[in-house]
Amino acid sequence: MASGKRPEHRAPPEIYYNEEEARKYTSNSRIIEIQQQLSERAIELLRLPEDQCCFILDIGCGSGLSGECLTEQGHVWVGLDISRHMLDVAVLRECEGDLIYGDMGQGIPFRAGSFDGAISVSAIQWLCNADKKGHHPPKRLYKFFSMLYASLNRGAKAVLQLYPENSSQLELITQQAMRAGFTGGLVVDYPNSTKAKKMFLCLFSGGSVQELPPGLGTDVNNADQSQHVAYSDKRERVKNMRGKPPKKSRDWILEKKERRKRQGKDVRADSKYTGRRRARKF
Amino acid sequence: MKLITHNMLSSNIIKGVKNGYPLGIQATDVQVNEVDFNPDFVARIIPKLQWPILCQAAESIGHLGDLPKELISDFESNEEFLKKAHHILMEIEVKEGNLVCPETGRKFPISNGILNMLLNEDEV
Repeated sequence: MASGKRPEHRAPPEIYYNEEEARKYTSNSRIIEIQQQLSERAIELLRLPEDQCCFILDIGCGSGLSGECLTEQGHVWVGLDISRHMLDVAVLRECEGDLIYGDMGQGIPFRAGSFDGAISVSAIQWLCNADKKGHHPPKRLYKFFSMLYASLNRGAKAVLQLYPENSSQLELITQQAMRAGFTGGLVVDYPNSTKAKKMFLCLFSGGSVQELPPGLGTDVNNADQSQHVAYSDKRERVKNMRGKPPKKSRDWILEKKERRKRQGKDVRADSKYTGRRRARKF
Repeated sequence: MKLITHNMLSSNIIKGVKNGYPLGIQATDVQVNEVDFNPDFVARIIPKLQWPILCQAAESIGHLGDLPKELISDFESNEEFLKKAHHILMEIEVKEGNLVCPETGRKFPISNGILNMLLNEDEV
């Protein structure tokens, strides 16, 4: 959240996503780009059978940006959202999917086994707030997850991208999902970056045991190295023992590039010219 | 709201409602939009549908046409049948009206094609 305060702290979702906020989702190209990237990654994580047209539920569909990605890939979808203004924008954009105005914390109003999969982009964290007197977050989360579980086919997946505020919120969400019968877990893209880091809750409803897909920007080799300490009988040179290499040195530059690569940023490939001084001017 | 969605919808989110299926339709404005025909999708979704409920729903908004009331056994290979099913499922859209819960009679209004299933605090 570049603007500082989290939207969840400002107002309940049906009030926060007002006309002005909804308009941003059609005019602001940055918001649109982020939403599209997130939805494409969520659909990728769903791992639907190829060349098959599926019936998908989009939770917190908003103005239908994520739905557009689904339509592009040939799927039929139904969207659920609590903001009337966002849904009105979706109608204006002539979305292919059907739209339902409702509260996911009140349950998913579909009969058992309706959907081949479910996606959600930046919506679930709203359930952790108690915006009304009668709201009890764990209860609403449980109701949501248990009815989502019922509305999915056996063996179907749900991929929910979320922005948890802290680890206890994340624990609360996963705990209620597991209680409702889901298996699966969290996939984190670019875990070393604060900004590019994205969390996807991948849930499986029954069926055979499935493996979680790896997150982006998590190199398997790097993970191995961090778990084992390399054995060496030689003493490291004093320079290295002090920690960081001197600023502007080749080692320092390489280290910085490595760090930025892990954060999923665009980094030039290393070459023999990396960190070399420029020739003196004539 | 399309009839494919109606076939899946249930009002079991209301407190005390067991099945909440099928929801009744009171339509005041029904539109027909053309949607690309995808035979594979229609063939795949038909086994998941409640066929009698679909016929009932289509009849109640006056768009049943010549759709057979019994599901034929070889629907997967019958393109003409799939086309008819596609028309009923995807192309007919209720723009204005109400859906009615079969157990409590609670009405869910549809306006501008958007179905309102938001409950009051005392119904949860």
